[in-house]
Amino acid sequence: MIYLKINKALHGAKGVMDLKLSLEIQKGEFVVLHGKSGSGKTTLLRVLAGLEEADAIIKVDSEIWQDASINLPVQKREIGFVSQNYALFENMTVEQNLLFVQKDRTLANHLLELAELTELKNRYPKNLSGGQKQRVSICRALMKKPKLLLLDEPLSALDPAMRTKLQQELKTLHKEFQTTTIMVSHNPSEIYHLATRVIELREGKIISDKEPQSDGFILDAEVVEIQKVDQDYKIIILQEGELITVPLSKEKLENIRI
Amino acid sequence: MQRISLKSMDTALHFEPFVLSFELAAITASILFCVALPLAWYLSQTRSRKKPFIEAITALPIVLPPSVLGFYILWALSANSPVGAFFEDTFGIKLVFSFTGLVVASSLYSFPFMLQPLQNGFESLNKEMLEASYIAGKSKFQTVFQVALPNMKPALLTALIITFAHTVGEFGVVLMVGGSIPGETKVASVAIYEMVETMDYTSAHIYSAIMLGISFVVLLLVYLFNARQTRRFGL
Repeated sequence: MIYLKINKALHGAKGVMDLKLSLEIQKGEFVVLHGKSGSGKTTLLRVLAGLEEADAIIKVDSEIWQDASINLPVQKREIGFVSQNYALFENMTVEQNLLFVQKDRTLANHLLELAELTELKNRYPKNLSGGQKQRVSICRALMKKPKLLLLDEPLSALDPAMRTKLQQELKTLHKEFQTTTIMVSHNPSEIYHLATRVIELREGKIISDKEPQSDGFILDAEVVEIQKVDQDYKIIILQEGELITVPLSKEKLENIRI
Repeated sequence: MQRISLKSMDTALHFEPFVLSFELAAITASILFCVALPLAWYLSQTRSRKKPFIEAITALPIVLPPSVLGFYILWALSANSPVGAFFEDTFGIKLVFSFTGLVVASSLYSFPFMLQPLQNGFESLNKEMLEASYIAGKSKFQTVFQVALPNMKPALLTALIITFAHTVGEFGVVLMVGGSIPGETKVASVAIYEMVETMDYTSAHIYSAIMLGISFVVLLLVYLFNARQTRRFGL
């Protein structure tokens, strides 16, 4: 279990606001964090990782990572972190990127296999596509067998097809490793597919905290097409210039209010 | 006239000044790499208000006339100053008009040429990549040597080569602090100056051409290497 209490002044576009929240996350949960930009999502992840200073209490299982007297450095926190920009070690091959974290060849090979990267293991990051880079980044984050996996908009730089594929891979990896995960994402499809819990932040505060499917979500988008796939439906929407495919059951489709 | 040209034939065959120049440059570059590396890293990572002051002080050798720098160094290293007196009393080392003194002077003179490329190199690295190394559990030391430096080889090479070349090419400070003692402080640039002064143009031509040739080849190698790195890693 992870307990988090945080209080930090943020200097955003609208002046100073407080990131002030407390949160309890159960082992194995997949939490998706969303909210407008500047609402403190990334800062929250960075504070958890120990990359940013804050007035915080962080307890993971029985271990205190941070409180008034203790502040574990980032190196000592058992986390994996994946950002939008991959942040791979450019001087190392795919395999070396993984082994740099932990000299565990068995785990590295297993992860590379799961992510369909085995054939690319001797390539340098420069010669990989965006989707491949991000898969390496996710595998690398899991090499430490972290207690907490932090994903900061990991799929937002990828094209829709690659997004869908990686969503599936994230799901497979989460199923296998049961790593407690917090992911920042705005993508309804990601929320739908991956989240066991959805938290919305606004100006540094939690304004909703619920299960993903309970009452859906509100989306500002244009419906392009509704397709029937077997018994279910697929609804294609256009949001901020990007086509997003959301699978829906018949009941859900009937419940949609436009 | 006859005697001068005979002497010039004689000196033209001596490569001692070059050996001395390269020895001085190699030692200076090695020392500065060790000293400037931690400072360059600190400056690239810090948000301290001290940063501009440190940057200004360390950049001084670029703008100060060599005579000013040479004068201060000479004054600081002479037996009349605490530093000079300390070295002479404790280690029995005379810092002015000696090779050791030249190393000290060159290290001060060439400092920004090592510091700035390294600092720029560190600053141009993807911050998230460095953080990924910390998240992987690696210390700052491991991060610098296993992640940062291998990803900024062009900057690293530029720092080393420019420092080396700049030390080979220095003249004013070396002349003031070292004088022109053959085999001890008479480096190539000083030797050429003396040849011109004594109107030994033949030797001056030969020495200068050698300097020109070596400098060009060194710089060409740096740029060729950098171009190759860019193609290979997209650095």
